[in-house]
Amino acid sequence: MMDYFYLIPVALGLGLTALVAFMWSLKNGQYDDLDGAAERILHEQTDTPLRSGKR
Amino acid sequence: MSCCGSGADLAVFAPDAHASGAEVLLASRIVADGVRQTDLSVPTIHCGACIRTIEKALGGLAGVESARVNLSTRRATVRWRAGGAPPPFIEILRKVGFDAHLFDVEADRTDDTLSKLIRAVAVAGFAASNIMLLSVSIWSGAEAETRDLFHWLSAIIALPALAYSGRIFFLSAWQALRHRRTNMDVPISVGVLLAFGMSLYETVQHGPHAYFDAAISLLFFLLIGRTLDHTMRERARLAVSGLERLAARGALVVQADGTQVYLPVSEIQAGATIILAAGERVPVDATVIRGASELDVSLISGESVPTPARVGSVLRAGTLNLTGPLHIVAIATADNSFLGEMMRLMQAAEQGRAVYRRIADRAAGLYAPVIHLTAFLTFAGWLIVTGDIHRAVTIAVAVLIITCPCALGLAVPMVQVVAARRLFESGIMVKDGGALERLAEVDTVIFDKTGTLTPGVPRLAGSAGMDQEARAIAAAMASHSRHPYSRALVETAANQPPSRIVFDEVSERPGFGLEARRGAVIYRLGRPDWALAEGQAPRDASVVLSMNGDRLAGFRFEDRLRTDAATAVAELKRVGLPVQVVSGDRETAVRPIAGQLDIPYLAAVLPGGKSAHIAALETSGRRVLMIGDGLNDAPALAAAHASMAPGSAADVGRSAADLVFLRDSLSAVPQAIAIARRARRLVRQNLALAVAYNVVALPIAILGQVTPLLAAVAMSASSIVVVGNALRLNGRQMATKRPGADTRLPVTTSMEPVQ
Repeated sequence: MMDYFYLIPVALGLGLTALVAFMWSLKNGQYDDLDGAAERILHEQTDTPLRSGKR
Repeated sequence: MSCCGSGADLAVFAPDAHASGAEVLLASRIVADGVRQTDLSVPTIHCGACIRTIEKALGGLAGVESARVNLSTRRATVRWRAGGAPPPFIEILRKVGFDAHLFDVEADRTDDTLSKLIRAVAVAGFAASNIMLLSVSIWSGAEAETRDLFHWLSAIIALPALAYSGRIFFLSAWQALRHRRTNMDVPISVGVLLAFGMSLYETVQHGPHAYFDAAISLLFFLLIGRTLDHTMRERARLAVSGLERLAARGALVVQADGTQVYLPVSEIQAGATIILAAGERVPVDATVIRGASELDVSLISGESVPTPARVGSVLRAGTLNLTGPLHIVAIATADNSFLGEMMRLMQAAEQGRAVYRRIADRAAGLYAPVIHLTAFLTFAGWLIVTGDIHRAVTIAVAVLIITCPCALGLAVPMVQVVAARRLFESGIMVKDGGALERLAEVDTVIFDKTGTLTPGVPRLAGSAGMDQEARAIAAAMASHSRHPYSRALVETAANQPPSRIVFDEVSERPGFGLEARRGAVIYRLGRPDWALAEGQAPRDASVVLSMNGDRLAGFRFEDRLRTDAATAVAELKRVGLPVQVVSGDRETAVRPIAGQLDIPYLAAVLPGGKSAHIAALETSGRRVLMIGDGLNDAPALAAAHASMAPGSAADVGRSAADLVFLRDSLSAVPQAIAIARRARRLVRQNLALAVAYNVVALPIAILGQVTPLLAAVAMSASSIVVVGNALRLNGRQMATKRPGADTRLPVTTSMEPVQ
């Protein structure tokens, strides 16, 4: 029974981290141009996401 | 991945991109202090190198703060410092080899729905996977103490997920109920909420069976289906909205004090004097007060031959000024112009059309009462037999959960997503799922002529054996003009080595032709009676090239059938659909086309007549598919059961049509109908599968034998079966015709001007 005290919070915490990371990337506009991102990696010097300012 | 050339097969008959600085300013918006943003649609972007070229070219302009290309939507967003004139975006892109046009931000509603759906899917997915993990240990036979703990944990995870992700269904169900209708979301919401409520009660009572996993994974599956559906429609909508706007955005108006101001169309008053350059579209209905020109009216009335405009001529809004600048006086505001009239006809046509109920909603209308009644009868039956309220409620809720239309909710959207995707790959944009269902039901097909059966663009006829040099001279002169005949001449010379002829001066005489001077030699390209000296009778040509009044060459032009028109019509007839042509053009232009295709025709039909014709067919029980491109077709498109428009259609036609095909070939029409019909068959199979599943599962549920494990397995299995069946639409290869099989049909109509 004692195992649950850390196993379950760890499992939920990992899941929540992934969820928050996904939400953040969505809000950050990283899915706005999937085709472009695939091409840009070959051409661009920096890889920081530019804020496209859309909405 | 096919990188280069993916856009090469798109139909190209857009007139040259033309946007003055004032128009750019009008279409831009302020995004920050002193910074304006302009969105450009660049349909030919296709690879990483294009991104780099465009961003470099735009970023190098003075005044540009940043330029960013979006490859997925084929758009460029430019931010520039407001204050001065806008930098020449479109010109610089043309210079580096890309055709661009302004993109209206107003037309692009912010798409919150999609990100809302994706967030809901993410939350539901997180909750479903975690609850499922906890449930597996319960199903494996956890001790009562552990089970209670896990039930509580599941409840804590499920509640926020239900509130967040379930909202989409609950709101829609509530809307439907308030209007005394049912849709698919009503049984879904009832099932999910009851399952959650009962599970919570069980948890509090330390009961053995909780259905948190079923409730949340049901939401998860349904949200996936809904999100895919939305994404597909959104892609189609974006592709259509990225097409070039054909109506005028504004016009140069002469103020009382003589200054010229660029005003948006909606602010132009009757009586205003407008300067209309060659290549611009008439913004509002107007009369000519100065100048002479020729007008391309094909998009407005369906006539394929340019009409002359002189002082006193009345111009309809939307026609394209071809050759000479005009001064015109507005005789109506935008709302009262031809376009406004078409909008009113469209609204009238739409009101006359029977409201179409989606197949899923019709199914839900039958389904919901049946399962709700069954659940109630189960409850009553168990209550009477055992007298145990708790047990009766538990079993009734289990009935609702097991019959909750998970598969039914996926049955229709999944097929439509797959079908829309296949059509998308063929360049056919489906604007909503209901359109596919309606398209499958059509039993009559009506084509417009100009712009639909024919491209509406003249081509040079019988150029074989023509003097090469004369043709080169004609092409060199024609490159100075926007007239469709000139375009055709330039086009035929495009695959020949460019001529080195340099003229000292080229001028255009609206209504007559082009005149070029080279030293002492005067070339004329245009009407025979103008180009040739007195006494030389014009022969078989509608356009003549002359040197100092002597004939060098004659040209004839014709309107051809669109690529694959004949095979498309034959294919439609083969599957048993009667085909007709209804055109606004003259009978002499329509008859040869209809004769060649061997289909009945109606010529010289007014816009109202087209929609009336369709309404008459509809009342006689026919389901009409209308295919048209012009502004005059818009009411007919709205009146028809289903409608298609080519990508080159007028803006209003494009937004009125259910489907828009972007490629040149007319084989899009039979192909779309075939896919829609197959989709309908698969939808019916899926609905039958869902019913069959219920027939098996329902008795088990009514007898009270359903455990949470059984419910989870049954629901997932039925969903997988339905999705797998939908994917069959992808698998079997359809007999696809190679486009371009009959491009060079002998049939043509001559394009001699009416005198």
